[in-house]
Amino acid sequence: MNCIEVENISKRFGPVNALTNINLKFEPNKIYGLLGRNGAGKSTLLNIITNRLFADSGQVLIDGIKAAENDEVIGKVYMMSEKCLYPEGMKIAKVLKWSNEFYPGFDLDYARRLADEFGLELNKKVKSLSTGYGSIMKLVVALAVNTPYLLLDEPVLGLDANHREMFYRILVQHFAQRPSTIVLSTHLIEEVATVIEEVVIIKDGKILKNESCASLTAKGYTVSGSAAAVDSFVADKQVIGSDSLGGLKSVHILGIPNKKNLPQGLEISRLDLQKLFIKLTSA
Amino acid sequence: MLINFEDERPIFVQIAEGIEDAILAGAFLEESQIPSTTEISVSYKINPATALKGINLLVDSGILYKKRGVGMFVAPRATKKLIEKRRNLFYENYITRLIDEAKRLGIAQTEITAMIERGYRQ
Repeated sequence: MNCIEVENISKRFGPVNALTNINLKFEPNKIYGLLGRNGAGKSTLLNIITNRLFADSGQVLIDGIKAAENDEVIGKVYMMSEKCLYPEGMKIAKVLKWSNEFYPGFDLDYARRLADEFGLELNKKVKSLSTGYGSIMKLVVALAVNTPYLLLDEPVLGLDANHREMFYRILVQHFAQRPSTIVLSTHLIEEVATVIEEVVIIKDGKILKNESCASLTAKGYTVSGSAAAVDSFVADKQVIGSDSLGGLKSVHILGIPNKKNLPQGLEISRLDLQKLFIKLTSA
Repeated sequence: MLINFEDERPIFVQIAEGIEDAILAGAFLEESQIPSTTEISVSYKINPATALKGINLLVDSGILYKKRGVGMFVAPRATKKLIEKRRNLFYENYITRLIDEAKRLGIAQTEITAMIERGYRQ
């Protein structure tokens, strides 16, 4: 059973229920998007999986083995966290050197090539890096460790548009050449929508959706046109939200559109993942 | 090959169509190798499973075939097959829509015919 299984995980921080009865599975060789608004519980979940935080109840199994306090199975998972935990005075070259010592699958040549491609200078010290280059350094390490499971918490924090595009390209290339299970925790949904295969949406510490990206976006559509025509069309349909501008209205609907019976003047378009996410997680 | 992520059709369908267009345009010749799933997914930054789904659509319809250990190739007579397929879709994709829009704008049938003739003269 090669997967990460999260079973009935709950976690409280004082009066706050950070996670409530989370059950999910990260299957082999798939890219997951772990999506949620700020404070939804994404990082808490990843920290529990990697034994950096302890759950109040429930358990995490990695390849069928209980992960808590088990170094051997935790070693199969690499997590790039939002925080920078490297010593400030350490040079990037040393960060790579020590990562190479600690991770048996680390590909030092690949890490150096990536650093060069991103323009990350190896003789700089950790503390001298900008937010963007701090993320790049952590990404370089994360992409080179070659563990079966890779968890990336806000991987593109502070990266400019060029570097973000580069990162997604490198990620897809890396995944195609060396398939592994990758979890991208982010709120930049539009950017990852085409890269991820599976979507997990968390809201207020609970799982809202957990299914393939294609099946989720195929479940809804947007219909737009004059307000009156749209309103009568959607009367018997499951509406998840709407936007209007003057007499024009767009309504987002769950269901499969029937294009044959579409009244004149109405247009149907695809409900994208970002829109669906916003409608599902707002309020 | 142009992928429009705003398009309402799924990305794998657009990948398949992009490859079809390239074959029809003569950019991918019959019996020649097309870019690999990895190359396609990296260049569009899409999940390799999506690219593979698009390619498999064309394998199923006999436009592409797989040479084990080498890659994907354009099938012999693929161009002819595609032309036939596109011809069948032409009425639905272009004529029906043209008539719908003409009706909305109150353009008469004779006016459309005149426009088509003008289009051919230019």
